[in-house]
Amino acid sequence: MSQQFVQGRSKGLTNASFSYCPGCTHGIIHKLVAESLEELGMLGNAIGMASVGCSVMSYNFFDCDMQQTAHGRACAVATGIKRCLPDRIVFSYQGDGDFAAIGIGEGIHAAQRAENITVFFVNNAIYGMTGGQMAPTTLIGQKTTTSPQGRNAARQGLPMKVCEMFATIEGAAYVERVSLHDPRAVMNAKRAIKKALTYQRDGRGFTLVEFLSTCPINWGMTPLDALQWTKTTMAQHYPLGVFADRGGTSNE
Amino acid sequence: MSKLLMKGNEAIARAAMLGGCEAFFGYPITPQNEIPEYLSEAMPAAGKIFLQAESEVASINMVYGAAGAGFRVMTSSSSPGIALMQEGISYIAGAELPCVLVNVMRGGPGLGGIQPSQADYKQITRGGGNGDYRVLSYAPENLQETVDLLKEAFDIADTYRNPVMIAVDGLIGQMMESVDLNRPSPVRPKVSKPWATTGHGRGEQRNIINSLYLDPGELEQHNLSIAEKYKIIKEKEVRYEAYQLEDADYVIVAYGTMARICRSAIEILAESNIKVGMIRPITLWPFPMKAFQSISPKTKGILCAELSLGQMIDDVRIAVEGAFPIAFFGRAGGMMPEPNEIVNAIHHFPKGGDAL
Repeated sequence: MSQQFVQGRSKGLTNASFSYCPGCTHGIIHKLVAESLEELGMLGNAIGMASVGCSVMSYNFFDCDMQQTAHGRACAVATGIKRCLPDRIVFSYQGDGDFAAIGIGEGIHAAQRAENITVFFVNNAIYGMTGGQMAPTTLIGQKTTTSPQGRNAARQGLPMKVCEMFATIEGAAYVERVSLHDPRAVMNAKRAIKKALTYQRDGRGFTLVEFLSTCPINWGMTPLDALQWTKTTMAQHYPLGVFADRGGTSNE
Repeated sequence: MSKLLMKGNEAIARAAMLGGCEAFFGYPITPQNEIPEYLSEAMPAAGKIFLQAESEVASINMVYGAAGAGFRVMTSSSSPGIALMQEGISYIAGAELPCVLVNVMRGGPGLGGIQPSQADYKQITRGGGNGDYRVLSYAPENLQETVDLLKEAFDIADTYRNPVMIAVDGLIGQMMESVDLNRPSPVRPKVSKPWATTGHGRGEQRNIINSLYLDPGELEQHNLSIAEKYKIIKEKEVRYEAYQLEDADYVIVAYGTMARICRSAIEILAESNIKVGMIRPITLWPFPMKAFQSISPKTKGILCAELSLGQMIDDVRIAVEGAFPIAFFGRAGGMMPEPNEIVNAIHHFPKGGDAL
C-alpha cells in the first residue's frame, strides 16, 4: 500500500531542525506563521525580524529574507525596512523579554506611527533562553530564578498586559491575544495570524498577535501540564480575544 | 562653479542628498537640528524616505533595517546621541552593512553642553560598542571639505560594507561659509548588493542579515574576515594634509576647527621666524600613522592640539614612537582658543615634551 502525505512541512519553513526545548510551543507558532505566509502567497515577498531570546535563531527557520536584530529593536529595524520597501510583508517575531521589556518603547512608537508591520509576540511569562528569569509578564506568585519566592507585586511590580496597552493606541489596527493549549486554540491562532498579515497587506497599520506560549523546562512542568497552565492560570490574567480591530489608519 | 553661502548643517543635508542618500532616520539634538529639519522637507519632495524616530537607539536600528534592505541610508546626531547609537553601530559593523553617520560634536561627558567640541575622538575611533570593529571616520576642517566627503561617503560605505562617519565639531555645523555643492567628487565603481534582504528571496536565494555566530570558530573567522577588510581600508583610505613639514622647528597635529585655528597660529609664529608645520588627519580612523615619517629630524617637538583634554594624543604617541618630544594643548567644554594660545604653547614647548 502506497503512503500519501496529506500534511507536509510548510514551504515557509526551511529544513533546519528547531532549536526549541521539548513541549515548547514556539515550534507550533513558527509553523502557523509559515503556513499563513504560504497560504496568503506572501512567501518570496516577506522579510522577517529575528529577535533576541529563545527565537534568536528564527532566521534559520523561516524560509524568507530575515534580519537578526539587537535585543528589543525589531520594531525599529522593521520600520526601517518597511519605509523603504512598503510593498513587502514585514514581520517581527519577539518574546516577552524582547518586546515587552527592553523593546517596549520601539513597539509602542511603531504602533503609534501606525507602522504597517506585524508583530508576533510570544508570551511565556519567563525568560527562556537565559534560564528562567522573571519576565515583565511573569504572573504574581510565579517562581522564577530571579523571583525565587514568587513574583510579589510590591517588590517586583505587576505583570504587563501588552494587548490591553496596545489596544489604546490608535495606530494599532489589530490586536489579538491567542493561546495554543488545544487544537481548537491552535486553529484560532492561525486565523489571527492570517488576519494580521492581511491587514498589513491592505495597509491598515500596526498589527499585533500575542501568543500565550509554554515553557515546560523553566516552569518545571510536563508539556501537558504546561498547556493546561496556559489555558487556566495564564489565560485568567491574560484573557484571550480581540482587543482592537480598527478600520485602519494607513501611512499614506 | 557657483559658490553659495550656507550654514554648515544645511550644506551637510544637501550634500547627503547629492551623495545619493535614499533614507534618513534621526532624532533631534543640538547642534545638528538643521540637518533633519532640511531633510524632512527635501527628502519626501524628492521621493525619498525621512522619518523622525523616537530615540537615537531607534534611529540607528532603523538605519540597520534600511541598510540591510539595500538602501543608502544615513542618520545624524551629536555626541550624547552618538553614544546611544554605539550598540547599533556595533551590530551594523558586525552584520557588514553600509551606512553614513554624521556626528556634529558637542562637549561632554554626560549631557555636557551644546558648544563645539572634539571630545568624541575616542568614541569615534575606538568605538563604544562591543567587539572588534572599526568605523571609517572623517574629520573635515571646512564646509567644502565636509560637502565633498559626504558626497563620497555613501560610495565608500558601499565599497566596504561598513559604517562611515563624518565627524565635525559643532562650529562647522553652525557656521556659514561659501561652498560649491557641485564640485565633482571622485566616482567609485557602483556596488551591487546581492546580500540585501529585499523580500524576494527563498531557499538558496534568501538573504540573512546577521551578526550572531554561536560557534566560536565561525565567529573568529568572521572577525578575521572583517579585520582583512580593515587592513585594506588602512592601506587605501588614509587621508591627511601635511602642511609645511619641511625643516619645521615644530609640528602641530590638529584636525577640524582646531586645525584652522592652528593655521593662524602658524602664520603668527612665522613672523618671529619659528617654522611650524602641521599634520592634519582627515581620516581619524584609520589614523595617518605614516604621515609622521615625513617629519624632519630637525624638528624639536610635536604639539598635539585638540578641542578636548587629550584624546588623539594617544594615536600621536603611537605614530611618533618616541622619536620626538610631544606636548599637548587643549580646550574643553566648547571653549575656543585664540591663535595666540597655541603660539604660546609653541613658545613654551616643554623641553623633552610633556611628562608621561
